[in-house]
Amino acid sequence: MNATTTELESPLAHLSEQQLEELAGELDEIRDRTFTDLGERDRRYIESMIAMQRRLAVLGRVLLLGARYRPAKLAGTAALSMAKILENMEIGHNVLHGQWDWMNDPQINSSTWDWDTASTAEAWKHSHNYVHHTFTNILGKDKDLGYEIMRIDPQQKWHPVYLAQPVYNLLLMAFFEWGVALHDLDFEAIRKGKKSKAQVKRELAGIRDKAKSQIVKDYVAWPLLSGLAMAALDAGLEARSEKRRRGGLAEVVRRALDGGGRSYRAAASANATANIVRNVWSYAIIFCGHFPDQTHTFKPDEVEDESRGGWYVRQLTGAANIEGSPLFHVASGNLGYQVEHHLFPDLPSTRYAEIAPQVKQVCERYGLPYNSGPFAQQLGMVQRTILRLALPGGTARPKPGPYRGEDHPAL
Amino acid sequence: MAERGAPPQVPALRRKALHAVRSLFSPLLPDDYLELINPLWSTRELRGRIERIDQETPEAVTVMIRPGFEWMGHRPGQYLRIGVVVDGIHHWRAYSLTSEPERPDGCISITPKLVDAGKVSPYFVRQARPGDIVRLGGVEGTFVLPDPAPQKLLFVSAGSGITPIMSMVRSLHRSDALVDVVHIHSSRNPEGVIFADLLDEIDSSHDGYDLHLRITGEQGRIAAGDLDRLCPDWRDRHAFLSGPAAMLDTMSERWERDGNRELLHMERFQPLIGREPGEGEGGYVRFVKSGVEASCESGTPILVGGEEAGATLPFGCRMGICHTCVGKLCKGEVRDLRTGKVHGSEGEMIRTCVNAPEGPIEIAL
Repeated sequence: MNATTTELESPLAHLSEQQLEELAGELDEIRDRTFTDLGERDRRYIESMIAMQRRLAVLGRVLLLGARYRPAKLAGTAALSMAKILENMEIGHNVLHGQWDWMNDPQINSSTWDWDTASTAEAWKHSHNYVHHTFTNILGKDKDLGYEIMRIDPQQKWHPVYLAQPVYNLLLMAFFEWGVALHDLDFEAIRKGKKSKAQVKRELAGIRDKAKSQIVKDYVAWPLLSGLAMAALDAGLEARSEKRRRGGLAEVVRRALDGGGRSYRAAASANATANIVRNVWSYAIIFCGHFPDQTHTFKPDEVEDESRGGWYVRQLTGAANIEGSPLFHVASGNLGYQVEHHLFPDLPSTRYAEIAPQVKQVCERYGLPYNSGPFAQQLGMVQRTILRLALPGGTARPKPGPYRGEDHPAL
Repeated sequence: MAERGAPPQVPALRRKALHAVRSLFSPLLPDDYLELINPLWSTRELRGRIERIDQETPEAVTVMIRPGFEWMGHRPGQYLRIGVVVDGIHHWRAYSLTSEPERPDGCISITPKLVDAGKVSPYFVRQARPGDIVRLGGVEGTFVLPDPAPQKLLFVSAGSGITPIMSMVRSLHRSDALVDVVHIHSSRNPEGVIFADLLDEIDSSHDGYDLHLRITGEQGRIAAGDLDRLCPDWRDRHAFLSGPAAMLDTMSERWERDGNRELLHMERFQPLIGREPGEGEGGYVRFVKSGVEASCESGTPILVGGEEAGATLPFGCRMGICHTCVGKLCKGEVRDLRTGKVHGSEGEMIRTCVNAPEGPIEIAL
């Protein structure tokens, strides 16, 4: 078993050039077939998904007007968290990939969409759609491999700073959107002078604007509405109560200010919770996409003169799926189908589950692995790797063999 | 960016109110939530609801539309860009408005005729139902009645070419200005006459409107010589011609020869661009952003070639009007399929729907 060596055999070593070409042809065909079939059913799906997400957001916001009441705060936070998750994952990420551009819709379109996160749509499309999806899992080129701050692959050189990675891993989890926004800036490019000052300035201004609008919305405007609503309620109740005769107007104002302030704080903390829940969830899904043990990484010299077939194999083996229920897949933006997403990043997410069996067949026929595992297992592997590789050394984890159908476990 | 409807005429107070609360909804707009309640409330683009669909002939229907906001107005004879969703995809087409701008109920109408191989006309003729939402783009066109309308008028129309004329007749009718109008209309068969009942009715109730209906399947096509018989004083009238290219060519020649060219107005519908081999050599297109490569035969627009090669490209009108499909030319030259002119320099924005490559080109799409 090659698990103990750092040098793993390339997953495509057993395929001839001609086989790779055939493989590319087969995967292209799956893509073409699915694209030709897109139509009303797909449109209805994304439109109703967007409508549901917005209703959920409204429900959450309305419930949180009464955030000082515990049940309303719990239910409101849950609704808003779910709305923010759907907005980022199944809607934002996928719309920005251009998955719905074929509809020619002026709004649901990668060129006009904006999302509720710290990254500007423009910066994200560059760092994610272009850099990450093109150079997937190539050491030194795919900036998402450890996000330039983590050692996630034993082939990355160790540095004492990685000793702290178990700690900042947790921070990244909670504030993931901010980590991603800073990561989009591409510090390496800035350091090497590949980006003009004007561009860096423009990108920073973009993040500042995104930050401003999130702060105003979640920590000023909505909490203020909640405070005002509850202050009005308290003032009304106080004015009608018996005590009024004793306390007078001063008492009404005091009660209103007190109640309003409490509501403001409760609503702001509920919104903060929703943002963190969304961050932790997207962190978990995204880290499970490329960092579990099964995935292969590549050195730049391995992918020199890469053919289309070679590119497909790299995408296929560099990603790992997460098994889960239909609800899980929607909440994860169908990134539980990370393999299918990496093969066809601009194919509408709803189609990934449908083409998964065809992709598995291709894997079976060409002796390739189909990386997949339950959520808890995948996340556990990722966390183990982060802890282990904080220390020097480490070896590549064993990789699964060729996919042999549902009845034959891959390992 | 995909084409969208025209900016609606939203009352200022409403706009201000929406603007004031927008930070509660960022990065979305209050619109995004209000549209869930009623799609007509969009302040980003004008939309309309189909109120009624009337069968005019077996192949043509009049679609009555109520705009979500006050109608921006049009001049009789102009056309409207209209967007509909067919099989999940937004399509935009231009149709002549067949309603008069003075309608008191504020509704507008178009009268599409079925084009079998089309996408949008089959939707209107067979699929659309009252209550459906459509997108209303800009109003364009220079084939319009002069203002004020001249008293002596001649309309010559054929087939669905009657649609812009109808808006003119209705407008004159409503403002009681049918003083001395001669209308020569051709149709292949009697069942195919769009607006037949209405035209008959106006003809019999107004001395100032004189209709000559010609069934070309029985009487043959109208010739320039027929003018002298049907409308001896045609030279003194403002004339509006609308119909197939062949009719326009024969008729306009008469004006060139012995009429007053100044008084002649023509609506030449853009021929459908694409798929007809024409001049030019065609060529090989590389779409720089998507990486797709396509080869376009002579007469095939860049857009069509790209779509056939599997590229997802922006498009709107597909007839060179809306500029939705533009892409920056990086290398090579293109031929404008409407004029046959070869043009193109590096950095020029090219409309892919009406230009074909002339030799190998690269375009940033």
